[in-house]
Formats: sequence, C-alpha cells, structure tokens
Amino acid sequence: MKIFIVLKIAFLALMRNKMRTALTMLGLIIGVGAVIATVSLGDGAKSQVEAQIATLGQNVVLVFSGSWTRGGARGGWGAAGTLTLEDALSIQREVPDVVLLSQECRNSAQIAAGNENWYTTILGEAECYLQIRQWPLEDGTMFSAMDVRSAAKVAVIGKTVADKLFPGSNPVGQVIRVKNVPFLVMGVLIPKGLSVRGDDQDDVVLIPYTSSMKRLFGGTTLRSMIMEARTTKALATVQLQINNLLRQRHRIIPPADDDFTVRTQEEIAQMANGASDTIRSLLFAVACVSLLVGGIGIMNIMLVSVTERTREIGIRMAVGAHGSDILMQFLTEAVSLSILGGGLGIAMGVICSRIMANYKHWPVLTSPGWIAAAFSFSALVGIVFGFYPAFKASRLDPIDALRYE
Amino acid sequence: MTAIIQLDRINRIYKSGDVDVHAVKDVTLSIAKGEFVALMGASGSGKSTMMNTLGCLDRPTSGTYLLDGVDVSHLNRDQLASIRNEKIGFVFQGFNLLSRTTALENVSVPMFYRKKSFGAREEKQRALKALEAVGLAARADHKPNQLSGGQQQRVAIARALVNEPAMILADEPTGNLDTQTSIEIMGVFQKLNDIGITIVMVTHELDIARYCKRNIIMRDGRIVADTPVANRLIASEEIQKLHLEQEKARLVS
Repeated sequence: MKIFIVLKIAFLALMRNKMRTALTMLGLIIGVGAVIATVSLGDGAKSQVEAQIATLGQNVVLVFSGSWTRGGARGGWGAAGTLTLEDALSIQREVPDVVLLSQECRNSAQIAAGNENWYTTILGEAECYLQIRQWPLEDGTMFSAMDVRSAAKVAVIGKTVADKLFPGSNPVGQVIRVKNVPFLVMGVLIPKGLSVRGDDQDDVVLIPYTSSMKRLFGGTTLRSMIMEARTTKALATVQLQINNLLRQRHRIIPPADDDFTVRTQEEIAQMANGASDTIRSLLFAVACVSLLVGGIGIMNIMLVSVTERTREIGIRMAVGAHGSDILMQFLTEAVSLSILGGGLGIAMGVICSRIMANYKHWPVLTSPGWIAAAFSFSALVGIVFGFYPAFKASRLDPIDALRYE
Repeated sequence: MTAIIQLDRINRIYKSGDVDVHAVKDVTLSIAKGEFVALMGASGSGKSTMMNTLGCLDRPTSGTYLLDGVDVSHLNRDQLASIRNEKIGFVFQGFNLLSRTTALENVSVPMFYRKKSFGAREEKQRALKALEAVGLAARADHKPNQLSGGQQQRVAIARALVNEPAMILADEPTGNLDTQTSIEIMGVFQKLNDIGITIVMVTHELDIARYCKRNIIMRDGRIVADTPVANRLIASEEIQKLHLEQEKARLVS
C-alpha cells in the first residue's frame, strides 16, 4: 500500500522533467546496452569455439612427440618421432584409466581415383580412432583390428575427399591410389566441420597406421597418439602418469626437456577460451566504467532534485515524515531511474545483438544470467549513487527547509 | 480546563558565531483546550522561535514543554516528527501545498505518515470531510495553481485538520491574503474554534488578532502582555460590514 504511493510520488517526480530524466537515463542505457550487446557477441563466439572443441571427442588426451634441433633449426611438434610403438603399448598396459588408444601417423600426399586427384592428409590410425573422436560413419564400415594387424590396404575417407574424388557416386567399394598404392574405400565419414584452428576436418583419408608406416611413408616412430580417458576427472591423473611413464622410458632426468608433450582436452579448451576470457574481463571493466558514469549522472540529478524540492521535504517533515520516510522516497526515485535506464539498456542491447546476428550472421548468445546481472547491477547503481542525495534530504532541518526559497 | 500547552521556564539560545542569541527567555505559559490565541510581536521579538518550539520543529535549550500531557522537550527528531503528525496541524503563511498535486492528495499527506494507516478508502473519506469543513469539497480535484490564495489556504487548513490534532498552529496565515480573504480565513478558524479546536496563531496584524480570544504579546524574548480580547470581531459580521461599505462606495461613485 505505502510502497505504491512512494512509487507514484517517484514516478510523478521523474515525469515532471521528462527531458532531464531521459538524459540521466541515457548514460545507463548506453552503458548497459553496450555491455549486453558485446557480451552476447562474446558468448556467441565462445559457444562456437566450445562446439568446435567438442568435435575432438570426449575426455581426449593427446601425446605428441617432441621436436628435433639440428644445426640450430628446430622442427615442430611431432618432427622428432620420439614416440615408439612400444611407448603406446606400455601406456595401454600401465595407465589403467586410458580406455582407448590410437597410434597416429600424419602425412600428406597426392591421391587419385579414376581421373580425379586431390592433395590431402593421410592419417594413419588404429581401429578405435572413430570411437575416440565420436565420429560416426555416413556409409560403410571402419577398418578392423585385423586390418591394422595385417597392414591392409583399406581406407575410410572424409566427406570433402569423397566429394572431390567421387563426385556424384558412392565411394564405398571403390579404389583410391595413394602414392600409387591402391586402397579400398570401406567407409565415408559424416562431416564434422572446421576444427578449433580453422582447418577442414573432413579433408582426410584414414588408413591403418601400420599400412601408413609399412606401405606408404616408412618410418618406425609415431608422430602422436590420441586416447580417451575413462572420466573427465581422470584426465589430470592420466596426463601425469603418461608424463612419468614416458620420461622413464625415454630416460629423461628433470633438468632436461621432455621430448614429448601431453595435452588434455580440458587444456585445449582453456587455451581456446583464454582470448575470450581476456575480452570478457575487458568488457567488464568497460561496463563498470559506464555504470560508474551513469551512476554519477544519477547522483548529480538527485542532488538537484533534492535542492529543488527542499520546501516539499520541509512540508512533509512538518506534517510528520520521519527522516527514513524522506530517505526512502528519494532512494525509490533514484532506483526507479536506474532500473528504468537499465531495463531500456537491456532492451537496446538485445535488439542490437539481434541486428548483428541477422545482418552480419555473427553467432550471438544472450544469456538470461547476464540480463539478470545487468538488471541487478543497475538497481545497485541506483541504491549506491542515490543514497547520498537521499541521505542529505533526510537530514534536512524542517525549519530551514520550510523557509527555503 | 485541561491545558494543551504547558510551558515552564522555556529558554532558547542560538549560537550565531561567537555570539549567543537569547531568542526566548524564561517563558512560562499555559494554553487550555478550546482557546484561540494570537501570538504577536515585532520581528526579533522571539515569536517565530516560540512558534517553532510550540510546533515541535525545534527543541528548547532549557525548560519543559508539555504538549497534551506529553513532555516533548527531550524527544529526538523522529519522535518529534511523530508528535507533530499526531498532535499538531500546521498552517503556513505561504500555504506550502505540494504543487501539481490535487487538493485531496495534499490533504491526505499527513495521513500517509501516520503510524497506523487508515487504509485508502477511509483516508479519502477523511480528506473529503476535512475539505468539507473548510467549504472546499467541490474543489477536491483541483491543483494548487487552479485555486485562489484563499482557497489554497483553506486546503492547507483542511490538511492541518485531517489527523484530528490537539491543536492547529498557524504562522501568519493571512500574511499573503487581501483583507476580505483574510477575514474569510479568520471566519474558517472561528468556526473550527467554535466546535472546540484549539488554535494558536502568530500574526503581526492587530485587526486580525482581534478575531482571536486571547492575545499574547512578546518583546525581546519575553511575554510582555497576555490579555483576553475585549471587543472580539466576528468574521461573518465583518464580511457583511465590508459588503455594505462596498455597496456604499458604489452608490457614491
């Protein structure tokens, strides 16, 4: 009952000087609007990155062999080929939380089928690779453990390769030639889209790693391994255990650098999110500054309002208003102002991000959490910056206030 | 008769820089229920300070003040505000209505600060009744800028009445009004006094003071005269006289 009257008084006071009220709110509208719009964009980009990281698989651990240094020139990760097939076996044997492991050789080659040809990545893997990557087949089957053991000339191809080499026909059962070695296409993968780094994951040919080593590219070492841990919680332990195991096997004593690298999916996600976290904290700083400026505007106008209405305050006190009544009245006015500004700012931010989503096709995600945060933050700004003027009003002496001209 | 106001050796000293201003000196005064008192004096006589003290807007430096049996000399700000709300109705020289607010809402303001709310319907009824008592029920929806000075002062009187206070305290209530309107306002006060409402008003106009029942004159912070009014003027008669005079003036010209 009483709160409605207080709200009505606040509303009438704000309506009395519409232009002033609008300009005061503008600070908050722009601040909150900008925050909501940019946060929506940031969250949209982040969710896109997260979706890409999820295409890697679940609870994935990657081990790369180290780089070599020769005459001052350093090769990249995987260049040295320090990982051996025995390393893979010992990991399978001694790290119990590794449920799946695929040995990996990555090479590039010109491939051909019929009169079409294409330059692509030839990925040697074990039969469990698709399970680890959670990558279903569109057609056909994956090669088997048997195929891996016998270094069979079989392949599973990505969608891009399928489209390039077999436009308009079903690749399953047909033959591709890699470095003049014929491989039978057993399956076609479902398209997975771009990776975190932005390359086409579907531009790939999967063959048994044994075939890659023995029949195509030679070599006895692995470039990397990809494996799946039992649970997300086990990731850190698995990483530690692999580190220890490989150091032991490679006889690395601590001051010396590791000749391999273990990465978990969590770490990759963290790295990818690092940039957006930086942007996010920057946005937060901008938001704080804009809300501060908006708040100062509110305080300024409330001080003017208190001065203008000194007589009214005197009248109300004379007829029995307590200091707290006056405090509440002006605080309500300040908070109404800031909530109204914040609300309009949220609306503006949402509209702006929708426009960007529609016309620029940027990924946009407006989370209710941020809207709630922006809303309560603007209310808080009203309380914080409205308090001093309201307090000043409540401490006025009724005799002086009544005499004020 | 029970005393509404009982002042006992009231002093009020202001500190103005290094100088102490002794505005009210040792005033002892008693005002009974149903009285109609005019407090008079030149400026600087201490009558405004007396008024603020009587109105519980200010506290005496020393002495005791019993208002309607309650010692208010040592109450804090909020307690004084509650006392003002319950026991005193204020009427000011400059009307002091809230602009852009209707007469009815203006009259309702003191009820808003009551400890125990009446509820919306009861409040409206009481406000209308108060407006009726001052003859302004028909203008309940008008805002101050749509009312004449006399009407605005009536709204202010209705506001003073609405919480059924122990007394009405009027500070130069006719100071901004012309002669005829002043007499009309005094008529309203006399009518209210006739039904038993205690009124204390500050004025410097001698002829206005003659509508009251008792005149108190202050000088240099002390009461120098306290007399009943001998030939009390009755507002309704004076208005008639005024009309007759105007009539005559018209006939002559």
